[in-house]
Amino acid sequence: MEEYKIEMKINGERLVATTQADESLLKFLRRNGFFEVKCGCEKGECGTCTVILQGKAVKSCITLALQANNKEVWTIRGMEKFELGRKLQESFVQYGAIQCGFCTPGMILVAKAYLDKNPIPDRKEIKREIAGNLCRCTGYKKIIDAIYAVAEENKKMN
Amino acid sequence: MHNTRFLTQEFEYFVPHTLSEALDLLFTYQDKRTKILAGGTDLLVKMKTLGIGVDYLININEISEIKNVELDKGLKIGAAVKLSQLEKMKAVKEEYPALYEGITSMAAIAIRNMATLVGNICNASPAGDTIPPLVVYGAKLRIVSKKGERVIPLEDFISGVGETILKRDELVSQVIIPEPYKDLGSAFCKKGRVKADIAKINLAVGIERDGDICRDCRIVLGSVFSKTLRAYKSEEILRGKVIKDDLIISAAKRAAEEIKPIDDVRSTAEYRNELARVMVEDTLHIAWERAGGKRW
Repeated sequence: MEEYKIEMKINGERLVATTQADESLLKFLRRNGFFEVKCGCEKGECGTCTVILQGKAVKSCITLALQANNKEVWTIRGMEKFELGRKLQESFVQYGAIQCGFCTPGMILVAKAYLDKNPIPDRKEIKREIAGNLCRCTGYKKIIDAIYAVAEENKKMN
Repeated sequence: MHNTRFLTQEFEYFVPHTLSEALDLLFTYQDKRTKILAGGTDLLVKMKTLGIGVDYLININEISEIKNVELDKGLKIGAAVKLSQLEKMKAVKEEYPALYEGITSMAAIAIRNMATLVGNICNASPAGDTIPPLVVYGAKLRIVSKKGERVIPLEDFISGVGETILKRDELVSQVIIPEPYKDLGSAFCKKGRVKADIAKINLAVGIERDGDICRDCRIVLGSVFSKTLRAYKSEEILRGKVIKDDLIISAAKRAAEEIKPIDDVRSTAEYRNELARVMVEDTLHIAWERAGGKRW
């Protein structure tokens, strides 16, 4: 099968690698050592494989690696480079929004991409936004609390 | 259970930069299993879970001609326009509320960031959430091939479950939505189990108001037949009449008789029949109010 050379910027760093047409972005990232991108249902249902592609949250299991060619990708590992990313991580810890931790990368990335554009959402909007990211431990309340706490902080700062 | 770890097939991948390049590829490989990749949120899942075979995959996301929405007497939406792009547009939210509600009821944001409107149409699912609203607004599709182009109403496009009249060398380049009538009220309604779910039933209605009279109307239901279904007889009850509560109730009853639902994983036919009546009634009320009509 034909090999394609692709290039992307992952967490701010350039990566040049080869891929095949049938490789998902999820598999590509994990193969290149980005194990923080979790692998759940692999059919776009659970959301744990979410990454930020060109500023938008997408599910990497149903995106081809080739679709991310020459694009910018952020995973949970890169979130420490952003103030908002750090705040979300701390808030998740503080509110106990992490239990087994499997959904956490997806949750934080979806929250980050959303709060970047809408810094002060209400609880209902947060709920709507994380619909499609499944968590089987927390019952979602703690996750919503954690994201809402960051939104409240944004409100105070404005 | 399906193994979703792998795409079990080998295929070749193209990224054309112009529409004519894409059409050349479609023409060249029309005898092979060639698929268009727009968002991939349905296609890649189908390739993984149903194992549908693909020999050539054409990614149309780098074609600038089809990445725009034109706002000129209605909307012209290119094939590579993402759903999340549409839901952020003021014109969509204000002038085509049923379409806005349909889009925002769909899946997760991470899906809507990839998925396209044209993709939802061409996937031709009976439960496609954008199709009932688009039929209400009288949308048309621009279909292009190397040999030329044709424009056909969306209503005539889907022929069955996952089936369309699209020929193998053609692609849908644009959705054309005409300007709405000035006193059109429209609304969308969907019942699923949870947010971001696939619909048990989805529907959209549009009522054109002239004083107290319903000048014209459309009632379009999804997930109740092998394709999106228009409740013509129900529409007939309202068309040209002074709108009253009892008229809406009997139209809703008629619509529930017109549908032909099945039992499946999401619901039963019996429940769908009951549900359709209530949903049509509620949604007609909302649409009539949005058209500026009186509520009793």
